[in-house]
Amino acid sequence: MYTVNLAIMIPFLAAIIVPIIYKRIQKIHIGWFVFLVPTALFLFLVSFIPHIANGETYLYTLEWIPSYNINFTTYLDGLSLIFALLITGIGALVTIYSIYYLSSEENLSHFYTYLLLFMGAMLGVVFSDNIMVLYVFWELTSISSFLLIAFWYHRKSSRDGAQKSLLITVSGGFGMLVGFIMLYVMTGSMSVREIITTISSFHDHALFIPAMLLILLGAFTKSAQYPFHIWLPTAMEAPTPVSAYLHSATMVKAGIYLVARFTPVFGGELTWFWVVTIVGIVTLFWGSFNAIRQTDLKALLAYSTISQLGMIMSMIGISSVALRQGYSVNTVIYTQAAFAAIFHLINHSTFKGALFMVVGIIDHELGTRDIRRLGGLATLMPITFTIAIIGSFSMAGLPPFNGFLSKEMFFTAVLSVRELQFTSEVWMSLIPVIAWVASTLTFVYCMIFVIKTFLGEYKEEKLEHPGHEAPFGMLFSPVVLGFLVIVIFFFPNVLGDYVIKPAMYSIFPQLGAEDLGQHISAWHGFNTELKMTIGVIVLGTLLFISLRHWKGIYNWILPEKLSFNSLYGNSLEKVEDLSKFVTNSYMTGHLRDYMVYIYIFFIIAVGGTLLNTKAFLFDLEQYSSISEFEWLITIGMIIAAIAMLLAKSRLTAILLNSVLGYGIAIFFVIFRAPDLALTQTVIETVTTVLFLAAYYFLPEWKKEDSKRRSKVVNAIISVTVGVLFTTIALAVQSGKLFESVSSFYENAYELAGANNIVNAILGDFRAFDTMLEVVVLLIAGLGVYTFIKLKARKGDNPLEDK
Amino acid sequence: METLTTILTGVLVSVATYLILSRSVLRVILGTAVLSHAAHLLIMSMGKGLKNGEVPILRDGASSYVDPLPQALILTSIVISFAVTAILLVLAYRTYRETGTDNLFELRGFKDE
Repeated sequence: MYTVNLAIMIPFLAAIIVPIIYKRIQKIHIGWFVFLVPTALFLFLVSFIPHIANGETYLYTLEWIPSYNINFTTYLDGLSLIFALLITGIGALVTIYSIYYLSSEENLSHFYTYLLLFMGAMLGVVFSDNIMVLYVFWELTSISSFLLIAFWYHRKSSRDGAQKSLLITVSGGFGMLVGFIMLYVMTGSMSVREIITTISSFHDHALFIPAMLLILLGAFTKSAQYPFHIWLPTAMEAPTPVSAYLHSATMVKAGIYLVARFTPVFGGELTWFWVVTIVGIVTLFWGSFNAIRQTDLKALLAYSTISQLGMIMSMIGISSVALRQGYSVNTVIYTQAAFAAIFHLINHSTFKGALFMVVGIIDHELGTRDIRRLGGLATLMPITFTIAIIGSFSMAGLPPFNGFLSKEMFFTAVLSVRELQFTSEVWMSLIPVIAWVASTLTFVYCMIFVIKTFLGEYKEEKLEHPGHEAPFGMLFSPVVLGFLVIVIFFFPNVLGDYVIKPAMYSIFPQLGAEDLGQHISAWHGFNTELKMTIGVIVLGTLLFISLRHWKGIYNWILPEKLSFNSLYGNSLEKVEDLSKFVTNSYMTGHLRDYMVYIYIFFIIAVGGTLLNTKAFLFDLEQYSSISEFEWLITIGMIIAAIAMLLAKSRLTAILLNSVLGYGIAIFFVIFRAPDLALTQTVIETVTTVLFLAAYYFLPEWKKEDSKRRSKVVNAIISVTVGVLFTTIALAVQSGKLFESVSSFYENAYELAGANNIVNAILGDFRAFDTMLEVVVLLIAGLGVYTFIKLKARKGDNPLEDK
Repeated sequence: METLTTILTGVLVSVATYLILSRSVLRVILGTAVLSHAAHLLIMSMGKGLKNGEVPILRDGASSYVDPLPQALILTSIVISFAVTAILLVLAYRTYRETGTDNLFELRGFKDE
């Protein structure tokens, strides 16, 4: 029974198969095959809805590294089901959309491989119960997002956007990993469910707050919360299906998922409430404030996504109060903030997905998405216009669209904050005010999106293609999403009872016995929330009409130099310069310098160890005697070696090298090694011939023109290395720790039928070694041959030249 | 005797090191050749002891043999170091033909992009 584990693996398997099918089948668009994967998974997950709604959960464990408590454990509950349904559902729609969006000349097999990789990783994030496995999938989503943003890698802006998103989300991910490790150190468990049950006894642990903040860092970077939001607008360089899927509907919501999942762990703590709520509210305001100034439709949507994510984040923050104060009639209002958060999360995926697809259609059909060049498209693209209206009005919080319901619930949530007693009232009443202002700004940019694009004057001369409606295939997915926006408005409680309510038990397991559901209705009297919405519409309309007059404040408030973007850009540049400087300072490109590093390391490390362990113990007694002849040869070789250094001509040096070689051959004779003596004599002769051949082809030695100082350094290094080498060799000879294995080989006759022991070792005992040695010789021979014979073809420039 | 060969080895290593640190390709190659001589001598003297037995060819009447294992190792090593020297020499030859220099100080690859 590993059905959920299998569900995670299926997209990965499909990602492997896609390139193979892509090569074989050219006629059918590969997207149709990919489409089957999320659709099948979606239907499979839908079949769980009735069970989950009954309060069942599913836990499957596949042992991975049990000795480290790391197991591939999946946990299917209300919360993970919602996210999984979004991932597969929106995934299926995006795939259909992409089939018509990407031309078949693009590298489709790469695109769909990355997309499936992302889908699997994202399912892994929401289903994993083990925090280490969760982390692995978490980083996989960052990597696949990186690959997808850089899909058009020939553009510099795509590469930069991909790099920025990777740097920010992965650094946050590292923080999260450290937080997870701290959690493990505290609780001794890697399972989120187990941590939730035991965490109450660790609230005073020194690591509790650091772990919380680090995990939040991961969530905030992923969900583009202020001030880490800067990666999301640049990530819009990705193809629009990717923006619709990863950067609005799913991946950026992973941070929300994490915060919701860890609310039962940290939610009882006041710091959690403050950090999550404040960061959420600030992000909400900042995103909507910045969205208005954008001229690129996708950038506008990116900032609006940031803003909406902040809104969801703040609602989850507010809901954590319920855990602090326990369940009672008074705290129901706070649990309902989480209900609203999940409800809005679903709504946001529907209307924002549709809006992104609308922008994709405009970009695809007209060749631009610059607001200043667009206008008057309503009559030319009626269906696109309708979807844009549905999406934007839902985002602005107007009826009869689902955004209205969740926006009202959001107002209820922020108003409830005023009743909290643990801090001054001024602060508490500031939160609803900021929320209201941000909602007004949201209304303004929604109007900009619709009116500036679709109404007003049609400027055909500024477009690359004349305006016309998109093909049916591209319209299909946004139409489905737009339809959902309206359906959810009229039947919100189907969603509320069957999908959102079970998720509430995942966020508040401590309150498990209570009824955490909520009845959603469009009309609940003429209350404060409705007045706030009316205020939003009135003020928003006024602001939109007078936009021209106050737009100047952006340049005044937000000069480009002081933005987080330029902070990021500058620090990246500085770091690059610094690393270049450091690397260039020691990677000189000179062989001599690299050899010096190696020798100095040898001297310090090996010499240091020798000094430390005081291992120089010489025992000269046991050694064999030295005859006069041997003295003679030794001294001769030493003289020859030193003379090599002083040799004026290279011929002398080559011959002196041969003297050394033949000297060694004589030593081999003395040391009773006839085979060695023979081989050495032959090889030394051939080597000398080789050197002489090289002598013929290479230029005459010039006097070494290096500086005196570096010559002295070289000499010091050489002498030190030699002395150190000798000391170690002598020390090793004196300290024989165990018997030699050589006596084994003296049974050569019985074992191998050979009288010559050395030959038996080479040809029998270590025959495999000898065979590989022959291979080395063969390769060397081939190398010599190619170096001499091979000529570069004409026009065949070496790669490095470019 | 072992001490003497070891000292000789040390001298060879010093000379090889100095040659390897120089700028001419040919000197560097000579340095590696000298270094392999040193290595062979070292392996030899690291055995059970030098000259304390017969040639390692089994025959009646021999009481003890010198250590055969270093000999087998050196035999392999001689051939390999010959291959290395050959490759390096041809590489130097080819580099000189292509670039017109055998000075390692000038051969330092391409400047950064």
